[in-house]
Amino acid sequence: MSRRIWDFHGGIHPPQNKKQSSETSIRRAGLPEQLIVPLQQHIGAPGKPCVAVGDRVRKGQMLARANGFVSLPVHAPTSGTVQAIEPRPIQHPSGMDALCVVITPDGEDTWIEHSGVSDYSALDKKEILHRIREAGIAGMGGAGFPSVVKLGVKPDQKIQTLILNAVECEPYITADDRLMRERADEIVQGLQIIGHLITPDEILIGIEDNKPHAIEAMNRATQETDIEVVVVPTKYPSGGEKQLIRMLTGKEVRSGGIPADVGVVCHNTGTAYAIKRAIMDGEPLISRITTLTGDYVADKGNYEVLLGTPVGWLLQQAGVKATDLHRLIMGGPMMGFAVHNMAVPVVKTTNCLLVPTLEEFPDPAAEQPCIRCGTCAQACPVNLLPQQLYWFAKTKEFDKAAHFNLADCIECGACSYVCPSNIPLVQYYRFAKGEIRTQQQEQAKADHARQRFEARQARLAREEEEKERKRQERAKAAAAKQAQKKAAPAEKPAPTAAITGGDDLAKLQTAAASTMKRYKEAQKALATAEKNGTDNLEALQKKVAQLKEKADQAKAAFTSAKSAQAEDAAPPAATKEDPLAALKQASADDFAAYKAAEQALQEAQANNGADTQALQQRVIELKAKSDASKAAMKAARARQKEEIQQQNAASDPVKAAKMEVAKQQVLLKKATKALQAAKDSDAGATDALQENVSAAEQALQAAEHALKKVEEEHA
Amino acid sequence: MEFLFDNITALGALTAIALGFGALLGFAAVKFKVDGNPIVEQIDALLPQTQCGQCGHPGCRPYAEGLAEGEEINKCVPGGEDTIRALADLLGREFVPLDEEHGQTPETKMVAVIREAECIGCTKCIQACPMDAILGAAKQMHTVIADECTGCDLCVEPCPVDCIDMLPVPETLQTWHWDAPKGIGNRPGELIPVRNIA
Repeated sequence: MSRRIWDFHGGIHPPQNKKQSSETSIRRAGLPEQLIVPLQQHIGAPGKPCVAVGDRVRKGQMLARANGFVSLPVHAPTSGTVQAIEPRPIQHPSGMDALCVVITPDGEDTWIEHSGVSDYSALDKKEILHRIREAGIAGMGGAGFPSVVKLGVKPDQKIQTLILNAVECEPYITADDRLMRERADEIVQGLQIIGHLITPDEILIGIEDNKPHAIEAMNRATQETDIEVVVVPTKYPSGGEKQLIRMLTGKEVRSGGIPADVGVVCHNTGTAYAIKRAIMDGEPLISRITTLTGDYVADKGNYEVLLGTPVGWLLQQAGVKATDLHRLIMGGPMMGFAVHNMAVPVVKTTNCLLVPTLEEFPDPAAEQPCIRCGTCAQACPVNLLPQQLYWFAKTKEFDKAAHFNLADCIECGACSYVCPSNIPLVQYYRFAKGEIRTQQQEQAKADHARQRFEARQARLAREEEEKERKRQERAKAAAAKQAQKKAAPAEKPAPTAAITGGDDLAKLQTAAASTMKRYKEAQKALATAEKNGTDNLEALQKKVAQLKEKADQAKAAFTSAKSAQAEDAAPPAATKEDPLAALKQASADDFAAYKAAEQALQEAQANNGADTQALQQRVIELKAKSDASKAAMKAARARQKEEIQQQNAASDPVKAAKMEVAKQQVLLKKATKALQAAKDSDAGATDALQENVSAAEQALQAAEHALKKVEEEHA
Repeated sequence: MEFLFDNITALGALTAIALGFGALLGFAAVKFKVDGNPIVEQIDALLPQTQCGQCGHPGCRPYAEGLAEGEEINKCVPGGEDTIRALADLLGREFVPLDEEHGQTPETKMVAVIREAECIGCTKCIQACPMDAILGAAKQMHTVIADECTGCDLCVEPCPVDCIDMLPVPETLQTWHWDAPKGIGNRPGELIPVRNIA
């Protein structure tokens, strides 16, 4: 075979430690007392339960349906009763709980009715895909991506190469190795089903050269087919999808892209086996091969384990006596995570359980400062700059880390492995990735919040406008009614204060609320401080007093602003005092007094009273007074009129000019009339009056001229 | 004569160019006129949009407008240090620590929860919520839509029966992520030392 093998950048050669578990054949783990089946064993949305507590289920029966496109169902690993559907600890580094279906087996292990098809080519491709989805098959290499999503090739995409990833590069793990040695034919059948679905130009099987028996078995199984077994040199992480594609085809999958972009699809050995079982035997994915290894395990080897088997029970079967384990790792030594709870179940992605002793895996040495040796950059299989990423993660400059393609890191651990300073680099990257994800989520939430807030503001403005419009309509209606009643022309209320004041009021309200809140917080702090007997009590007390004052002030400001606004909103004309009215009243009073005195005088004259002289004097006085008050009233009225005119002039110069013209016209008329009257009565002062008339005429002309000018300006 | 003619040609050409570019600039000024201050949008995008008013403005956008006019960058309490850094970056100003006058940044995100048995249905919190995240009607029990709540606290004050609690948002599998390593001098928590074995 003269196929060219490319190399990828970096990589490491850790001790293999595979012999411990690869030399015994696969054993059945057996049936535990309880099976805990998590609804999420894959990447994507968790399934939706379709059984109820107390239901009897049979082996292979669906427990939860797929909930969306990137989601998978889960099935009962054996027959029994659903004991509970509740949150239980699951296979997650956080140690958190998630929804699981708990089954108590009945020991009979009776299958649900199922049948496979040996001639799958007679089936429609959509039907095959549907069956694979319904069988709940996820990528069994480690990540657990729903296989059916990778199998559904878009019509405009041509896949040149289908690769079976049988590299298994991580130390200790031998699950795929054993599977290939013992069930090579079934794996090849599964691979052919995948090939039937995506019709590639070539089908390759990539195996590391440290598995000679598996290579031999696969060569034998593929003899009659056009599938090619390609042996690649042992180097970690050659089992990484993009690394394997690079090695076998020389193609690079771009940053952020998927293999299908370069015409390649990769599937794991275990996945191919599961697909064969699903299509040709009709069995959903309810068990998997898991490697149990590490020095604590007496019977090291590979076990066929029902999904949902608690790891504690499983380890007991393999002869782990101690309950106080040094460390339990789910997955391989490079990429796995520590599990602290023995009740965690084995799931679709659990390829290995590693239980090392303290001598085997001593506690790591303390982290040392980075010496900038650059070894990590040489080891990185993705061509990243681990040292840079480390600085950025450490100083929380996540945007820069993202700019340096942190997202492309496959977390293989090669950089941590080679680091002479024992820096847990991958942990830093995982932290930074998590922070970036959180930031993105928060940003999305903030954008959403902004939209909601703006929508609310718009709604409030709309409501306010509506209210305002209705208020004006009401005012107009009231004015019309008033006019109908022939009462004094109602002045339109001018409730502008409500609009301009609204903003300030909201500001004051938030200020009042926030100071109040701070005051309360300070009070709380003081209370706790008093309880704990801290010494800076005085300072706290002072702060509380200050804040209280502030809060009171803010509240007072808010209430006064509110009441002021309420006053402003009331019609301003109603309470306005009228000086004219007072003058009117005074003049009327004076006039009445004068009339009364006159009457008294007439009576006295009629009765020939003695004091007519005094009365006459009084009448004259009162008349003078009455005249004076009348004149004052008239002057005041004229002033008011002028004021109004001036106001109008300010708001509308055209109107003012027009008014001026009208006024001059009236004056001219008056002057002409006076002249006419003087002429009629042959009075002597006609000359002066004539002058008056001509002056009035001139003034009128001037006013008319001014009006024209103003009108032109405002046209 | 020819000299004068040349000069006129040059002058004419220059004038034509000047007029042409003038017209182009004038057109661009009208066509590509930017309404409002674009920096306000950028600032607003950095603010956490809790609309809590702790900075003294009735909402995040008014504060963004204030910042654009030179207000201090250290008033956003829920945003905390990260937001101040981002603002300092954007506006080219020096980093200043958060002004304690406005409050202290809570360690975890908070969400308002109404003790529903005690709610009297007064709608006061509904009016106070800047997010419309409280559901209810007069004399009906109210409840907070937790996904929409920004934890701004504004509903706590108006409640006449004090039935609103601010609780930390519980961590879920979707929000969990790895902690930062403890740093130099500490043993890494999850490092798996494969090399130590034969």
